[in-house]
Amino acid sequence: MKLAKVIGTVVATQKDKSIQGCKLLMIQPLTDEMKPSGDAIAAIDTVQAGPDDLVYWITGREAALALPDTFAPVDATIVGIVDGVDVDDKGIVNKGRIFL
Amino acid sequence: MFLCRVKGSVTSTIKHSCYKGWKVLILQPIDAKGKDKGDSFLACDSVQAGPGDVVLAAREGNAARQILGKDEDPFHAVVTGIVDLIDVHKSI
Repeated sequence: MKLAKVIGTVVATQKDKSIQGCKLLMIQPLTDEMKPSGDAIAAIDTVQAGPDDLVYWITGREAALALPDTFAPVDATIVGIVDGVDVDDKGIVNKGRIFL
Repeated sequence: MFLCRVKGSVTSTIKHSCYKGWKVLILQPIDAKGKDKGDSFLACDSVQAGPGDVVLAAREGNAARQILGKDEDPFHAVVTGIVDLIDVHKSI
């Protein structure tokens, strides 16, 4: 799972029947520091996200499992809208005891 | 499976129904000496890990589904354990 920001929408009339009725959005993957990570991609939206929403998305075989038809040709699906990101970066606690 | 350190967490109200009740953590992959390696990612937590912990993570759907849900749930990454000790004898 990764974070991303919704940067636009995609309209496709002719598409595989297993993804008919599914909303498509353009998303820009982000790091936890909110910096862009790689190129923007198109993803199926299952949570009614909108422009500028911060979301998290999944890839791989699981992307299709989030859809009503789980045998769909999909490799990126938005599965949640983020309310808050809490980065509490204190490094590794007890590093001296864990790494011998 | 690989080693990560817990960097923080993500909260979300509107989400796919299978994610309800699961904590989502921000994980930073690390090497055998504890140095950061590669980009951070999100994973569901099954072991109550917290910031600063070193954890074992699986970034593969089948392991995630076995631990977290049913066969058809769209889980992709999961924290499978909290690391107590890493003892690397020698580097190659």
